[in-house]
Amino acid sequence: MANQLHVEVVAVEEKVWVGEAEMLVARTTEGEIGVLPGHAPLLGLLKEPSQVRVKLAGGDQLTYDVAGGFLSIDANGVTVLAESATPATPESH
Amino acid sequence: MAGQVQALRRRIRTVKSTKKIAKAQELVATSRIAKAQERVNASRPYSVAITKVLGALASNASVDNPLLVARERVQRAGVLLITSDRGLAGAYNANAIRTAEQLIAQLKSEGKDVALYIVGRKGVGYYKFRNRPVAASWTGFSERPSFADAKRIGDALIEGFGAGSATEGTFGPEGIAGVDELHIVSTEFKSLMTQSANAKPLAPVQVEEQQEEKSSEPRAAYEFEPDADELLDALLPKYLNTRIYAALLDSAASESASRRRAMKSASDNADDLLKRYTREMNSARQAAITQEISEIVGGANALAAAGSDV
Repeated sequence: MANQLHVEVVAVEEKVWVGEAEMLVARTTEGEIGVLPGHAPLLGLLKEPSQVRVKLAGGDQLTYDVAGGFLSIDANGVTVLAESATPATPESH
Repeated sequence: MAGQVQALRRRIRTVKSTKKIAKAQELVATSRIAKAQERVNASRPYSVAITKVLGALASNASVDNPLLVARERVQRAGVLLITSDRGLAGAYNANAIRTAEQLIAQLKSEGKDVALYIVGRKGVGYYKFRNRPVAASWTGFSERPSFADAKRIGDALIEGFGAGSATEGTFGPEGIAGVDELHIVSTEFKSLMTQSANAKPLAPVQVEEQQEEKSSEPRAAYEFEPDADELLDALLPKYLNTRIYAALLDSAASESASRRRAMKSASDNADDLLKRYTREMNSARQAAITQEISEIVGGANALAAAGSDV
């Protein structure tokens, strides 16, 4: 599973989504960042408000509206921490 | 005699309806405990993650953030006391208030002014009744606190703390005066049978720097976006809000557990009373019947004796 990225989307009141993905795209205060498996450890503050996109294997994509969020990347994967994270209107493919 | 039976019957009816209320409260509290515990568990991943991130940050950022540094002279300390909105919860509120009182006495003996912030109607009522000043209060959510509630409290407190007691005036919609120290008094849910009220310092924040458990894995060298100091500025208030939220949730679970126990002993007690009153009523009724019979028999005998005389 080396080319899968372990993603956790955690809101204060609950764990929103946990799983394996191909890529995660988020926007920090500095700019957009795409996270692939094996990314260097990073802590980032997410832009307010912003969207986090999780690209799953097979081309599906999950989108979350995130408020008060930040991003932590370490050897185990990516964690998106947010005061609230709600699924955005689902995009169909 | 018949009057006594009636009085007992009335009393039994009262005890029965009291018991129904206690029983219903007990059942509601039982289901609330489970829900509150679920919420405590659901909030855990976030607080674990934010603690870890702060630990990593603290070892990288300069520690001159106002939320981290202890003030040289503490003039006024803030105490946030978490109580419940409703009573009938045994010693829950009394314990929390007593712990807060101890903390306040200690702070005062150190020569500090104390500003009191209260969550829950019971705490507000306690201090209002004694005509003691309350700096700010929030009510209406003690059994089901949401993060928005915690954030509202946290933002107000952080603003007051950020200003410090040296700054005159009040801050935020709650009109909070500046403080140099923040403490929180909440009730910790240990088990269904044990909950204990305790006081903890809230600010300045003490970040536990992580000890790396596995020496084989070197400490991750994080990149920061934006830089570490700015990140710390953004994360510390969030961390404090999380702490307050966790305390609110824990207290809510404790409140329900405390209420369940109080209501259980109330309904058990009602059971005992019912048994006793029923026995008393039965024997009173029996005594009344016996007396009536002996009166009739006595009367008949007297009549018979009077008839035989003539």
